[in-house]
Amino acid sequence: MRDIAIVAFAQSDHLRRTDECSEVEMVMPVLHSVLAQTGLKTSDIGFTCSGSSDYLAGRAFSFTMTLDGVGAWPPISESHVEMDGAWALYEAWVKLLTGEADTALVYSYGKSSPGSVRDVLTRQLDPYYVAPLWPDSVALAALQAQALIDAGETDEPALAGVATRSRGDAADNPHAQLPGARPQGDYLVRPLRTGDCPPIGDGAVAVVLAAGDRARDLCERPAWIRGMDHRIEAHSLGVRDLTDSPSARLAAERAGAFERPVDTAELHAPFTSQEVVLRKALRLGDDVRVNPSGGALAANPVMAAGLIRLGEAAARIQRGESDRALAHATSGPCLQQNLVAVLEGEAQ
Amino acid sequence: MSNQPANNRGATGKEPVAVVGIGQTHHVAARHDVSIAGLVREAAQRALSDAELTWADIDAVVIGKAPDFFEGLMMPELYLADALGAVGKPMMRVHTAGSVGGSTTLVASNLVASRVHRTVLTLAFEKQSESNAMWGLSLPVPFQQPLLAGAGGFFAPHVRAYMRRAGAPDTVGSLVAYKDRRNALKNPYAHLHEKDITLEKVQASPMLWDPVRYSETCPSSDGACAMVLTDRAGAARSPRPPAWMHGGAMRSEPTLFAGKDFVSPQAGKDCAADVYRQAGITDPRREIDAVEMYVPFSWYEPMWLENLGFAAEGEGWKLTESGATELDGDLPVNPSGGVLSTNPIGASGMIRFAEAALQVRGAAGEHQVDGARKALGHAYGGGSQFFSMWLVGAEPPTG
Repeated sequence: MRDIAIVAFAQSDHLRRTDECSEVEMVMPVLHSVLAQTGLKTSDIGFTCSGSSDYLAGRAFSFTMTLDGVGAWPPISESHVEMDGAWALYEAWVKLLTGEADTALVYSYGKSSPGSVRDVLTRQLDPYYVAPLWPDSVALAALQAQALIDAGETDEPALAGVATRSRGDAADNPHAQLPGARPQGDYLVRPLRTGDCPPIGDGAVAVVLAAGDRARDLCERPAWIRGMDHRIEAHSLGVRDLTDSPSARLAAERAGAFERPVDTAELHAPFTSQEVVLRKALRLGDDVRVNPSGGALAANPVMAAGLIRLGEAAARIQRGESDRALAHATSGPCLQQNLVAVLEGEAQ
Repeated sequence: MSNQPANNRGATGKEPVAVVGIGQTHHVAARHDVSIAGLVREAAQRALSDAELTWADIDAVVIGKAPDFFEGLMMPELYLADALGAVGKPMMRVHTAGSVGGSTTLVASNLVASRVHRTVLTLAFEKQSESNAMWGLSLPVPFQQPLLAGAGGFFAPHVRAYMRRAGAPDTVGSLVAYKDRRNALKNPYAHLHEKDITLEKVQASPMLWDPVRYSETCPSSDGACAMVLTDRAGAARSPRPPAWMHGGAMRSEPTLFAGKDFVSPQAGKDCAADVYRQAGITDPRREIDAVEMYVPFSWYEPMWLENLGFAAEGEGWKLTESGATELDGDLPVNPSGGVLSTNPIGASGMIRFAEAALQVRGAAGEHQVDGARKALGHAYGGGSQFFSMWLVGAEPPTG
C-alpha cells in the first residue's frame, strides 16, 4: 500500500451566522490557505474531492458554485460526495492508493444559518414512516442519552463534565464558535441541556493529501494515514442498541486502531452523550487526549465537522504534539455511520 | 467479510476491475408499487443474481443519485443502508449532478483497483415521481442565473449555437430521436416504448425549447441500475463472461466563465483523451464498437460525437445523418434507446456504463451490437461541466 499523508489543513472561523458571505466566499480562504502552506497551485493538484449538502444550501447542485471557487480551469479530475468531507477525504485516499494521483485537495463546508438545521436534518429520516413525524436531531440524541443513563453508562453530571472539558480546551482554538467556560443551561430535550448540544454554525475546511516522497517534500512532519475505514448501521433506531456503536468499533478495527495505543483522539461527537458511546466503542482510556481542539461541542459546521477532526488530528501530529492519533467522523442519527482514520508521525 | 485489513496489502499496481453483475429495474414514469427502498433493492438483487452472488459476498456499497430535492429526502443512503444490505459495511454516496451514475461507478471501481475491497456493489437511482424534477432544478438563487425552467431551457441555446457553428440542417435532431426511440423498442427495461413511432411524428411534435421538440426530449423516469464490480479472482469465479474495465476518468470545469465552450467543453475532450490513453485507443471511430452516450436532448448526439473524438469538429451531424450511429451502423450509439428513452436522472449515467458492459459481455439481448468487443459509457452533468466515462472490453486489459 502506498503511504499517504495529510500535509496541510485549514479551517474557517466557525460562526453562528455568515450572512455577509456565500459558500464560495467561505471556502475560498481555506483553499488558499492549504495551497499556500504547500506551495501548490490548483493545476498541481492530482485529484480534488468535496463534501457538502444540497439540503443545507437550499438548492440543487449547490456544489457546482464552490467548484468555481477552486478554479477548475484547465479542467480538473474532480468528484463530490453528498456527505461530510471526511468521506471526501476517504474517496481521495482511495484514488491516491490506485496511483492515479500523487496529491489531492479535499474540502467541505456547510452553512446551517439560513434555515433551521434541526428541521432540515429530519429530512434524513425514513421518508415514509419517520420523517413525517419530524423528530429532530436533538430529540433523537436525547433518546440516546437517556438510554445511556438508564443503562448506567453515564449521568448528567458526567455529561456536563464532557461539555466543560471540551469548551475549556476550545479556549486555545481560535476558530471555535463556543470557546471557554459556558453554563450548562436549561434542558433543551431531557436529559440534554443546552450545554450538552453543539452550537449551530457555519464553516469550511480544506486539507491536502500527498503520497510518499511528495508528502515529505510538502510537509516537515506529514501525518501518515496508517489505515482508514467506515461502516454504516441500520437506519431505524428501533433495531439498534443506542448505547453502543458497533460500526465505529468495526471501522476502528479495520483501520488498525487497536493494534497499538493512540495518544490523541479527535471524535466527531456533537452531543456530550455521544462521546461516552465512542470512548467505549473505540476503547479510549483516560490517558488518551480526547478532542484537544474542543471538538464538535465547540464548533459543529454540518458537513465539515468530520473532516475538521481529521485535520485537527493531523495538525497535532505536524506540530509534534502527537505521534499516533485516531480521527473519527460520523453521519446519520445517533451515530448511524462512522469513519475512523489512524494517523501517525514519523519518529522525531 | 472478505476484505483484507487496510494495512495488509503488498501488491503493487492497480488491480484489474471486472463487471460480473448488472441489474436494472423496468423504468416507468411512476413506480407506485414500490418505495424508494424497494426500487433500489430490485436493481441490486438483479445484479447479484446475474453475478450469482449473495449480499454476504459484497464488501462495500457505493450509491449515487442526482439532487436530494428530486425525492425530498436528504442523504438517502442513510435510510437505504438496510435495503442494500450495507449494514456493517462501508457505504458511500456520490453526487456529481447528471454525471453521477458514471462517477459513482468509477468511485466503486477505485475501491477494487486500489485493493481496498474485492467485491463492490454500486447502484444509482432516481424516483422522480416522489417529487418534481422541474421544481427541484428551478429553485431561485439570488445573484445567479436561474436554470430557465428546467434543463431544456439551459441546453437549448447551446444546441442552437452548435447548429450555427456546424452548419447542421435542422432535421438532424429528429433523426437521433427517431433512432433512439426505435432502439428502445428492443430494450425491455426502457421507459418509452413508442410502438407507432415515425420520423414524421417526431418532427410534428410540439416545440418545447426551440430547437428542441417534445419528442427530442428525455422522459422523467423512476428507476435504478446496479453493478457488481470485482477483482481478477472474483472475475475468475464469474458464471458469465465479465466486462473488463480498460479505462475510466472524470473531469470537471467551472459552470460559467468567459472561455467556456458550451458546445464542446474542454472537460469532455480531456476526459475522453484520458480514457483512450488508459485503454490504448488511438482511433476511437475504428476501435470502439458501441457507444452509450448521455444524450438527454437529441442534438447532443452529434455534439458529443465531436467532443468524444468520433468525428472532426463540425462533422458530427454528418455521421448521424449517414446512419453510422444506427443499431446496424458501424458506430452504434445508444443501442439501448439511451437517455432519450429512459431517464431516471441519477441512474442515467450508470445505465450508460452498464449498457456498455452488457454489449461487450454479449448480453444486451435484442439490442446487442454484433461482435461488440469494446464499448464506451459516457455521462455528463451540471452546465456541461462534469464528465465521467469508462471504456470496457470483452478481454482483460493487458499490461
